[in-house]
Amino acid sequence: MKVTIKVNGNQVAAEVADRTLLVHFLREVANLTATNVGCDSTSCGACTVLLDGKSVKSCTVLAAQADGSEVTTVEGLADGSGEMHPVQAAFHAEHGLQCGFCTPGMVMASVSLLAENPSPTEEEVRTALEGNLCRCTGYHNIVRAVLAAAPALREGRSA
Amino acid sequence: MSILGTRVVRTEDPRLLTAGGTYVDDLRLPELTDAARVTFVRSPMAHAKITGMDTDAARQAPGVLAVLTVQDMDDLVPPPPPEPGSEVSEGAPMPLGGVWSEPLLAVDRVRYVGEAVAMVITSDSYEGEDAAELVSVDYEPLPAVIGVAGALQTETLLFDATDSNVPVNSGDDADDAIFEGCDAVVERTIVNQRLAPMPLEGRAAAARFADGKLTYWASTQNAQISRFILAGALGMDPATIRVITPDVGGGFGAKVGIDRDAILIAWAARKTGRALRWVETRSENLVGMTHGRAQEQTIKIGGTSDGRVLAYRLDVVQDTGAYPRMSGFLPFLTKLMAVGPYDIARVQTHSRVVVTNTTPISAYRGAGRPEATAAIERAMDLFATEIGMDPAEVRRKNLIPPDKFPYTTPTGATYDTGDYVTALDKALQAAGYAELRAEQQRRRERGDVLQLGIGLASYVEITAADAAAGETARLAVHGDGTATVYTGSSAHGQGHHTAWAMLVESELGIPMASVTVIHGDTDLIPEGIGTYGSRSLQLGGVAVHKAALEVKEQARHVAADMLEAAEADLELDAASGTWQVRGDPGTSRSWADVATHAGADGLMAYVQFAGGGATFPFGSHVAVVEIDTETGKVRLTRHVTVDDAGTVVNPVLAEGQRHGGIAQGVAQALLEEMIYDADGNPLTGTLADYAAITAAELPSFELVQSETPTDINPLGVKGIGEAGTIGATPAVQNAVVDAVSHLGVRHIDMPTTPSRVWGAIDDASGGRVRAENGEAR
Repeated sequence: MKVTIKVNGNQVAAEVADRTLLVHFLREVANLTATNVGCDSTSCGACTVLLDGKSVKSCTVLAAQADGSEVTTVEGLADGSGEMHPVQAAFHAEHGLQCGFCTPGMVMASVSLLAENPSPTEEEVRTALEGNLCRCTGYHNIVRAVLAAAPALREGRSA
Repeated sequence: MSILGTRVVRTEDPRLLTAGGTYVDDLRLPELTDAARVTFVRSPMAHAKITGMDTDAARQAPGVLAVLTVQDMDDLVPPPPPEPGSEVSEGAPMPLGGVWSEPLLAVDRVRYVGEAVAMVITSDSYEGEDAAELVSVDYEPLPAVIGVAGALQTETLLFDATDSNVPVNSGDDADDAIFEGCDAVVERTIVNQRLAPMPLEGRAAAARFADGKLTYWASTQNAQISRFILAGALGMDPATIRVITPDVGGGFGAKVGIDRDAILIAWAARKTGRALRWVETRSENLVGMTHGRAQEQTIKIGGTSDGRVLAYRLDVVQDTGAYPRMSGFLPFLTKLMAVGPYDIARVQTHSRVVVTNTTPISAYRGAGRPEATAAIERAMDLFATEIGMDPAEVRRKNLIPPDKFPYTTPTGATYDTGDYVTALDKALQAAGYAELRAEQQRRRERGDVLQLGIGLASYVEITAADAAAGETARLAVHGDGTATVYTGSSAHGQGHHTAWAMLVESELGIPMASVTVIHGDTDLIPEGIGTYGSRSLQLGGVAVHKAALEVKEQARHVAADMLEAAEADLELDAASGTWQVRGDPGTSRSWADVATHAGADGLMAYVQFAGGGATFPFGSHVAVVEIDTETGKVRLTRHVTVDDAGTVVNPVLAEGQRHGGIAQGVAQALLEEMIYDADGNPLTGTLADYAAITAAELPSFELVQSETPTDINPLGVKGIGEAGTIGATPAVQNAVVDAVSHLGVRHIDMPTTPSRVWGAIDDASGGRVRAENGEAR
């Protein structure tokens, strides 16, 4: 079937098998390989992207279900000025990543959580990220990064 | 001021954050544009004879390019029989071989669920999963050997040419004479459960064989070792193999070298003449990648009623899974580190390695040392409870005092440097130990539902145990003033590129931004070892440091020639990265000037650094838990650690290593376990079942700084990668037991799940609740 998805602002159209998962559409068709697959049971969140602004695990969405939608991956998060998005910058400043495999999904989940809750507590951050596994950082610096990004994002919105 | 010791954020991050890493599945190289996908057909049986296999239906399925079985392995020469006297020693982390040999593909028998029996090669991975289902294998089931008790019987053997399931049996005979003179002796069998390493990226490899040369990409911690594994397995000259490690999504010991599945990708690429790629699924990973831990330990500890431990015995049974891939190495390390940081006069250790019909066991973050620490730290608490003394006081009375270093233990380890008492006291002070005990007492007196537990663990561990194998570094300074480091060490999240660039900047004044670090390509770096055992900084980092010193002396010589001055009169201003005649800024020459004058390859040093020996990081952890005594639910509320790994090059990286290790250690104490049923079926074979720890189950950690330099290497550094899993697990387990010790509980095996904790509380009260409910205990 033919699927058209606006990925990071670009229309991507392709004929794909009905069962094609969104994550494989992104990786193999759109050739955006930052979004990773870390499990096969919707448990790890490595494949988290924004689908029409809401975070989804793209291993559990058919490309067909995203037909006509807009998807944002970590490659499309920065505004193109060369500056990182405040969440990306905070992950860098706070050492919120090590091997990097969970990172694209973790960053997108964090962007989504801060959109829903611009001033989260530590506990709220931890609960909101429960669906994203990281094996390297112990989450300590990820949580700090999200908390550090929150005021930067709020200021960006009010500016 | 040197950049060393300062907080430097990573150079690796911007790429990983904006474009994502380039892991094996992300490689979009011309050599791999037509790469086909490999899907393994894996045994669903724990133990069975293979009596037939039909691949016809699979071969005719859409997209199938080939189906390979052991029958296709006509191009592999069997390895020569071992020469007499060349048996692998228990202390070598090598497969046992001989009658315990592991085939590349199952021949006529499978020994664990997940063992590879055939390979399906297709255009894409969806077709591969479909076609693999069509390979029909006839299995004649055999009884499954599961668990230590199962392995110690002799009715069912995994290997027919043997007479037991015990390939290694070594150590001291038990002799209770060592406990003579003890006022109190406690003995208990405890379980250090089987874990899945579970890096977020599973195993992955790609291979292309062309013009007699194999190019091989793998998610591994060791490119150079992988090259030799491939050469041996495929009967190739190492010079015809290039191994490249792209970004690696975590390793934790389970990606040391490459295993049989990964070797098969290279074999199949040669066999079929096609470029191939294999990226395992998580369900494959949880049964196909090696597991860790899996020891049953019997501990016996004795001492005086005033708290001095006089004797300790540790008896280990290591479940090594279906094939002894590590010989006796893991329990060997457990025995070596058995006494931990304590001065104990009389010690006995013994170990047996047993094979079972489960996934093979190999290194997992700590590899034998967490098991040693878990045993001695449970033993110290059991002893403290037995004599009615505070566990902190018992530890303080028995820790090796700082004036005894270097200290050689009864098991033969020589600890280099340490101040164990100070580490304990700093951790207790940071935790507010006295107030915690007071709060615990208040809750006990009130009979609160939420009880407080405080757990301690003091540890010492061994890093760079194979320091003699060394590590390599090549450093070149180029005509534009930039530098390139080629390191034999290997990065998969630790921050090698940042740390190595800091070492160069510190010594040469070439800014980090002008230093490129390259690892993991055997064409560029033919010699190296890679990463395991917390060896990187103290071997690979020191090699970089020494290469910088050599380049500095080369540059001094060149600059002296340029400036027509005596070498002794020249100085490098490391802050600005310029050479000048001492006291004469007018003579200033940049690195670009000096390197240009030196010409091509003018400023280049190659160092193979073999360290002076292993180093022994140490520390103390304090865990605080709250337990709901009505449900058994445990919540870790605080975790305070002192982890002393000598001089810290970059606190950001060192803290990151500690955080990650603590989380994995806590996960073992509270949540994680690979579980098999009696027939050898894995019950935790997906991430929906395997309880990998999440952010919601952890607090932020409280890290206390401590740096006691070692004199083993010129940077004064020890390894930090595994400290977290070594210290955290027993601290949390001890906290859980401590929380309910006033109810009569003395021990709870890990993971301390609600049902286990609740069951232990009920047991301690005589099984009252379950008796009232008419349930069996």
